[in-house]
Amino acid sequence: MIQIEKISKKFGKLSVLNSVDLFLNKGECIALIGPNGCGKTTLIKIILGMVIPDTGNILVNNESIFKAELYKKQIGYMPQIGRYPQNMTIGQIIKMIKGIRNSDAELDYDLYKAYDLDSLLDKKMSTLSGGTMQKVSAVLAFMFNPAILILDEPTAGLDPIAAEKLKQKIIAEKQKGKLIIITSHLLSELDDMVSELIFMQEGDIIFHQSVSALKTYTQTEKISKAILQILKAGKNGKNI
Amino acid sequence: MGRIFKYVMLDIMKNRFVMVYTFILVLIGWSAFTLEDSSAKGILTLLNLILLTVPLVSILFSAIYIYNSAEFIELLISHPIKRKKIWLSLFWGLNSSLVTAFIIGAGIPLLIFAEPPLSFLMIGIGILITTIFVSLAMLCTIVYKDKAKGIGLTIVLWIYFALLFDGILLFLLFQFADYPIEQPMVLMTALSPLDLSRILILLQLDTSAIMGYTGAIFKDFFGTTIGMVVSLGLLILWGVLPFAYSLSKFKKKDL
Repeated sequence: MIQIEKISKKFGKLSVLNSVDLFLNKGECIALIGPNGCGKTTLIKIILGMVIPDTGNILVNNESIFKAELYKKQIGYMPQIGRYPQNMTIGQIIKMIKGIRNSDAELDYDLYKAYDLDSLLDKKMSTLSGGTMQKVSAVLAFMFNPAILILDEPTAGLDPIAAEKLKQKIIAEKQKGKLIIITSHLLSELDDMVSELIFMQEGDIIFHQSVSALKTYTQTEKISKAILQILKAGKNGKNI
Repeated sequence: MGRIFKYVMLDIMKNRFVMVYTFILVLIGWSAFTLEDSSAKGILTLLNLILLTVPLVSILFSAIYIYNSAEFIELLISHPIKRKKIWLSLFWGLNSSLVTAFIIGAGIPLLIFAEPPLSFLMIGIGILITTIFVSLAMLCTIVYKDKAKGIGLTIVLWIYFALLFDGILLFLLFQFADYPIEQPMVLMTALSPLDLSRILILLQLDTSAIMGYTGAIFKDFFGTTIGMVVSLGLLILWGVLPFAYSLSKFKKKDL
């Protein structure tokens, strides 16, 4: 579904992505992990067309994203830190995005109801707490029933109940056969959701493996332990 | 284009600043004509006031508005909308609201007190100057990502066009008075949209005594009709080029 070919990006002298190649398929739930500043968010922003890469190409459904904008109709994006026009209310934002998307697909109000946004519609964005802002981002990402969901640190900042509701929603969407890309530092959370792992470091893909293969290889039950083991093995000079 | 343009327009209209600007123009417009005894004098007073205020307000307000719309732009880009569309909508939204303010504020007194060809020309020039300085503001916001630097640049540009340029011209005139500098001087005026608009009005007013040096040369050089066509063409270029450049940069900008 998403094909990433030799994407490189430099910010000034700092090289953030070095010729990244990836192939992401329908029905997968992929966790993009790695230390801070390894290029996860940049990679996501490139897929969304927010950052323009220096070289390389990205195909979504076999069409280059640099030619048309319509592929974004299939993407729901939840940013790490939502940035919204400060003088608009939640209701106005949601209405505006609906108007812009102008989608004829049936709208998905599950999260909207779960987070009880109805009671918050008149609140201005400038008065919202970080968590409520994240809820708005989540609702907007899922609302248009996109075939691809890109979630950048989705549960950071959410309270445990809200985070759990979001997790259930992600699992439900995964079962519908959507492609879901999650970046997260909370490895323990990923266990029930994720089917593939991509580990990045300093702009390179260190490995791209299915979770089951990884668990068998390292003979562990948890993703976090599997990754620790691989990192330790890597330090000792062994290759995966 | 329609939907985003609508949101930008609504947002600007909510802003009280445009109302205040309209009110100031109304004040300037009516007082210029009621305080002077002939309409030609009134036009000149209005011209000078417009050449100071309209550029300043257009460039500052637009730049501040674009910087404050950073979040709006970021939000839109993750949805299926062309970057070109976003930038154009911002440009037209700013431009049409400031032009509307100008037409209501200065256009109405002009239509009442001044003769038809001249009043239309003045309104046309006001619209062109607004467009040019909105366009320059958008260029400034692209050049600097930092708000303080960008707004600083807009103020420097305004000082240059509204105040410094004439001084530089005069300085060159005195320094090189012994040489035949008429032709280079005509070329120099093309570097300032405000001088161009002044010449455009003065060519029409036919008051060569107060035309100033460049105006006299312009008339001598081109004659009235060609002079007007050339200066009008140059003004349109001033409106189009900075915006076109900022658009091409915006398409490749990382957000």
